[in-house]
Amino acid sequence: MEQRLALHFTWPDPEGMRVMINSSLKQLGAMLAGKQISSVELTQEFLKRIELQNPDINAYITVDAEKSLAQAAAADHLIAGGKAGALTGIPVAQKDIFVAKGWRTTCGSRMLENFIGPYDADIIERFDAAGAVNLGKTNMDEFAMGSSNETSWFGAVKNPWDRTRVPGGSSGGSAAAVAARLCAAATGTDTGGSIRQPASLCGLSGLKPTYGLVSRYGMIAFASSLDQAGPMAKSCEDMALMMNVMTGFDERDSTSLQREREDYTRDLQQFEDREKPLAGLRVGLPKEYFAEGLDASVAKVVQQAIDEYRKLGAEIVDISLPNTQLSIPVYYVLAPAEASSNLSRYDGVRYGHRAAQYDDLMDMYCKTRAEGFGAEVKRRILIGTYVLSAGYYDAYYLKAQQIRRLIAEDFAKAFRQCDIILGPTAPSTAFRAGEKADDPVAMYLQDIYTIAVNLAGLPGMSIPAGFAEVDGKQLPVGLQVIGNYFDEARMLNAGHAYQQVTDWHQLMPECI
Amino acid sequence: MSLNTADVKRIAHLARIEISESEAESTLHKLSGILGLIEQMQAVDTTGITPMSHSQDVTQRLRDDVVTKTNQREEFQKIAPAVENGLYLVPKVIE
Amino acid sequence: MDWEVVIGLETHAQLQTRSKIFSGASTTYGAEPNTQACEVSIALPGVLPVLNKEAVNCAIRFGLAVDAEIAPVSVFARKNYFYPDLPKGYQISQYELPVVGKGALTIQVGDTEKTIRITRAHLEEDAGKSVHGAAEGMSGIDLNRAGTPLLEIVTEPDMRSAAEAVAYARKLHELVQWIGICDGNMQEGSFRCDVNVSVRPKGSEKLGTRREIKNLNSFKFMQQAIEYETRWQIETLEDGGKIEQATVLFNPDTGETRAMRSKEEANDYRYFPDPDLLPLAISEADKAAVKATMPELPQAMQERFVSEYMLSAYDASTLTSSRAIAAYFEATVAAFGGEAKLAANWVMGSVAAKLNEEDKDISASPVPAVQLAGLLKRIADNTISNKIAREVFDAMWAGEGEADAIIESRGLKQVTDSGAIEAIIDEVLAANAAMVEEYRAGKEKAFNALVGQCMKASRGKANPAQVNELLKKKLS
Ligand SMILES: [Mg+2]
Ligand SMILES: [Zn+2]
Repeated sequence: MEQRLALHFTWPDPEGMRVMINSSLKQLGAMLAGKQISSVELTQEFLKRIELQNPDINAYITVDAEKSLAQAAAADHLIAGGKAGALTGIPVAQKDIFVAKGWRTTCGSRMLENFIGPYDADIIERFDAAGAVNLGKTNMDEFAMGSSNETSWFGAVKNPWDRTRVPGGSSGGSAAAVAARLCAAATGTDTGGSIRQPASLCGLSGLKPTYGLVSRYGMIAFASSLDQAGPMAKSCEDMALMMNVMTGFDERDSTSLQREREDYTRDLQQFEDREKPLAGLRVGLPKEYFAEGLDASVAKVVQQAIDEYRKLGAEIVDISLPNTQLSIPVYYVLAPAEASSNLSRYDGVRYGHRAAQYDDLMDMYCKTRAEGFGAEVKRRILIGTYVLSAGYYDAYYLKAQQIRRLIAEDFAKAFRQCDIILGPTAPSTAFRAGEKADDPVAMYLQDIYTIAVNLAGLPGMSIPAGFAEVDGKQLPVGLQVIGNYFDEARMLNAGHAYQQVTDWHQLMPECI
Repeated sequence: MSLNTADVKRIAHLARIEISESEAESTLHKLSGILGLIEQMQAVDTTGITPMSHSQDVTQRLRDDVVTKTNQREEFQKIAPAVENGLYLVPKVIE
Repeated sequence: MDWEVVIGLETHAQLQTRSKIFSGASTTYGAEPNTQACEVSIALPGVLPVLNKEAVNCAIRFGLAVDAEIAPVSVFARKNYFYPDLPKGYQISQYELPVVGKGALTIQVGDTEKTIRITRAHLEEDAGKSVHGAAEGMSGIDLNRAGTPLLEIVTEPDMRSAAEAVAYARKLHELVQWIGICDGNMQEGSFRCDVNVSVRPKGSEKLGTRREIKNLNSFKFMQQAIEYETRWQIETLEDGGKIEQATVLFNPDTGETRAMRSKEEANDYRYFPDPDLLPLAISEADKAAVKATMPELPQAMQERFVSEYMLSAYDASTLTSSRAIAAYFEATVAAFGGEAKLAANWVMGSVAAKLNEEDKDISASPVPAVQLAGLLKRIADNTISNKIAREVFDAMWAGEGEADAIIESRGLKQVTDSGAIEAIIDEVLAANAAMVEEYRAGKEKAFNALVGQCMKASRGKANPAQVNELLKKKLS
């Protein structure tokens, strides 16, 4: 096994480095186990790359070489002692939404510009326990509100495939970091598409698990009933390894589900060499996902990917998710409502930004929050405050929760006809920076195909499906895979089969 | 349900966000666009549909009544804007 | 015009749990500021609530005690408002679906009984405290109390006087302690009442506009506050004024109520179900498990005392004013084995008086129930008289030991030997010839005086019944 995986490269030869940065987590693990490279060397290499690339791409908000290298050294110790797990010694970037003890944790906001985490999020604990190296905190839309990573207080992130374009959001920093190979893998969070849409726009794999599989403890809340953390990596195989670390019951989160631990890699191998590995898999295509609003160039790439699934043995069935259009209005009631309340704790009393000048308590609140939050966050707080305010609750919040059920029922019906659903992740490829920054409604439509999945609490992922030519540039296109509750393994298995016969997930942008 | 700048200012006050007259104007424009989007919901007949708050049909798990936390005041107050004698300081609270 | 006051109460009872309602921080009172404020208590980014099982059990106990509906499914909601002692910017409470539904509590005012309807009771978290003058022009915030479990108990507007409101509050105060869900310590804020007061012309059905008196933490203040508020509202209306809905505070120094300044803006709490918490399910089995640990309730015990011990309703009610008193009484009766009424008289009499005098709780009584029973036995078997018994009791209270030992060492044993008593009588008759004359002339009073002289001569030890009998024989 190790023999087959151990790639041929010499340290510190630059070509060898290029092989290393594009290696899978399994390959990296084998290199570490085979002493071809140490975790400290691996970490140093990524830190060097970050130092070179990050000033332009801006994928990281915080890097702390000392901390990362200390973890790497500890990992090398574990490896030497034969106590390494699958991710031991592997540098993973953490979205800056996860509170990490001793690490600055900003959530992309001026409000938390100087907030040093006083405790560890569940996710951070799990990666630490796995012996992974925290490589740094990645940039994101402020409080995860955005689809372009332009709302970050720490500046916009550039798409490594075309630096005039956005990486998507809100996990844009993690997406850019994986795409530019500034980490081996990263974490993201997804409230309405924030893992999948940037994965699609940056040409990588991203998975939002079933709501409740990954603990939200220590993950700074945006919309509690929709937020879910997941992996962002190069391939389905990498994501399966990440899922093994990230998922699991946490008694500190009341919405964390008590289920038996799953090994998401258990069946991957069966999907590698078989002739028709997807035989018997029913793939549903929702007609609403291929209707008006979808870029033709994206549709074409997605269609090719579907054909590939067919060739692998999948049976294609037509389905309908009739309430798809309503997912946007429902989301833009529920998410801002929850957010308006979740963000009330940022009042300048116990931590975070406090205005320098104020007359009295009321003035301190109002100035602190006006200064600490950016325009998009304020907009959503105002929308949320409005829809919950006296006299409007029934017409907005309650109504949205009722339609949310209709949307979930659409999926329940669909999954009686199929095992997984395929479609586009986003309606277009990466758009230009600034293009939609002043038009919230246009920005919100980016998430038309992803939001319903969060509303239903289902797992959804985006995997690289090819490229579309836009203005003479090749831009990545993602294929969205939606599964039934707890069907992550099935989604990853099928994706893995697809990634055996395609190499979209292995392509790297130029000039990285 | 259309919004005016007075509404915007009222909501901003409820949310404790200072907003100037001109900001209220531009915010009004954007919020109205979003509310227009939201308004699509009103076309749906939702009579008799149970609202959905959670995606999983599970009930609240209960914690045993055990003290598990120790004093971390020093750690927590390192990141506080203003403290004195272990208290968080704020402008005078008037009852 | 004749006015009628209409009163409803909202009571916050702090539940006696070790840890907070949504976190593992301690609830112990009086710690240094913010030393019991964990990451959940101070609402750090990313933290989440997990519900304390004991808080739920307390709510079930209360529901059972007031014969209320206990919701099979109840929901936690967020009540959103900004205040420095409210770290999340919202209070987790229950709104549309509270854990306890309609119930009732019977109160006694003078000779009349009245049933006060309980609308609901819901679980929620307490806020922290603002400490004034922590620094020049600043307030200090202590979040030790933030997250302490509360049961908010709401009544219908069923009370019609300050006396009724106080009777209800006292009864509720007794009950929550009785069932062990609240320590009832009003100084420490464990039991706080908000009183909604409105007035209306007598006979009118329509409720007047109410003002809410916040955070009353003594029954005396409650009485004063309601009386002041009632007078103020009537005077305001009679002067042609209008009552504005308001939240008011009572100032014990001036005895007046005044509207709070900070609540001037209309409240818009934007309640919605808390997405961090799932619906709370309570099954029949959960209820049964709690029921199995419930003590006999005061009302039932009171009825049993009347039938089992042949006590008056008044005695039964007094003896069941706390679980500790009732237990003391029953332990006394059990060890005594004699007439319960005698035990009742002593518990409500000498024991209560001493406790009162020394401001002690019955659990701290220096005379335990078994010791008291020892004394009662000596009264019942005529070893000592009631009067001597009081002397013995004082000695017991002072820690001198068992009744028998004290009677023995002080030589207080009653004289029942008729020869010895006759000798005393003879002496007394000889020395009080004039009184004997008066008696013979028909003055009944003189007889009592002679008995008194005999008792005095025996230093109280002669059996009074025997003295009576023998004296009568001698004079006839
Ligand atoms: Mg209340
Ligand atoms: Zn309350």
